[in-house]
Amino acid sequence: MKLPPLEYVCPTSLSEAVALLASRDGDAKAIAGGQSLMPMLAFRIAAPTLLVDLRKLPNMREIKIGADGVRLGAMVRWRDIDKDARLASAHPLLKAAVAHVAHYQIRNRGTIGGSIAHADPAAEIPGIVVACDAEIAVTGKSGSRVIAAADFFQGVMTTDLRPDEIITEIRFPAWPARRRWGFQEFARRRGDFAMAGAALFYDEDAAGSVINAHVGIIGVGDRPRRLPQVEAVLNGRAIDEATIARAAEATSSSVEAQEDIHASAAYRRALAGIMVERALLSASR
Amino acid sequence: MSIKFEVNGKPVSVDVEARTTLADCLRHHLRLTGTHVGCEHGVCGACTVLVDGDAVRSCLMLAAQAEGSKVVTIEGLSNDESLTPLQASFRKHHALQCGFCTPGMITTAHALLSEEPDCDADRVREVLSGNICRCTGYISIVDAVLDARAAYKKRDGGP
Repeated sequence: MKLPPLEYVCPTSLSEAVALLASRDGDAKAIAGGQSLMPMLAFRIAAPTLLVDLRKLPNMREIKIGADGVRLGAMVRWRDIDKDARLASAHPLLKAAVAHVAHYQIRNRGTIGGSIAHADPAAEIPGIVVACDAEIAVTGKSGSRVIAAADFFQGVMTTDLRPDEIITEIRFPAWPARRRWGFQEFARRRGDFAMAGAALFYDEDAAGSVINAHVGIIGVGDRPRRLPQVEAVLNGRAIDEATIARAAEATSSSVEAQEDIHASAAYRRALAGIMVERALLSASR
Repeated sequence: MSIKFEVNGKPVSVDVEARTTLADCLRHHLRLTGTHVGCEHGVCGACTVLVDGDAVRSCLMLAAQAEGSKVVTIEGLSNDESLTPLQASFRKHHALQCGFCTPGMITTAHALLSEEPDCDADRVREVLSGNICRCTGYISIVDAVLDARAAYKKRDGGP
């Protein structure tokens, strides 16, 4: 369908953009790459009266890597993450997950901040920020704040972001060089939305037992979540066949699943277990 | 609203509604109807054009967002005298039937080969996974793109 009638503005500063978003009582929407918002407009699921284009805002496209972790400007594109060779060691899980995001043309425009603001339950990056305890920095008319990823996502396409707030930066904690990780997702075609996916990592103590296990699931429930029951199964144990089987079982029994035309809730729970199993196998290799 | 950008090397100025997509702007306002519109929500790839060198879906971009950009459409990748190497390769391999998806296939493949003239069949398949063809299947299209690589290596950036 053609897009609904709307106005368009392209401010050059963050404060101006925030003021424009605040001016419409929730009826204005920020647009960056537009790769999630434009389909929403075409389906008329979203019909804002004003689009505030963020493309001229300064300092939103940088990838900063330091001792405190990885900081991504909200308008970093999938393509930019692909091309940044430093991320292969600075955050291999992020890099691996981004390889699954959408298709070639969309990757040239889609942004990390846009995907997080859109909050599709099957999207990769919301799952990665939740699994990694990342922080989401936002700025609105009442100032700037930093939101923990776990608090940011509230349901299907529903977040803690207020209508006048703009995501400015995503902050990932530092990634130890020896950390083990795995990312797996199942979609019927490459680039499609995942029917279930797992993003996980853990560290190992001197004896080879798991510490600090983080297990995140996408595409199964109404939002990306960590699975504390599965993390408890992993922590303190060595990753062997028995532990992996127990973790897969704990995933299927503890994950909250939704059903839609693509898969039943029971199927998604089973699939989530298999994704965790495969992710642990690849992590432990 | 009035927008200025460059299309196929020529500066253009158009007056469009803010909600006009780049695809509709190209087709309806600039009469560049080689860019095809299939799904209008970013899944079919038929409307792929190059914006500042990157292959993008022109249905998922407002015309207003192209302000100041250099846009290349399928018309900009052909000439009146002869087939380009990529076009010739599509012809040689029978990589089209109805032709509806072909502009998107060509623009996407051109962007890929310009940047990665050494890409392998897996990479071609991965990139073309964003373009839907309902006639041929994809084997002949992948073959055509692979066969055109030599021309891009020689020309260092393509036609």
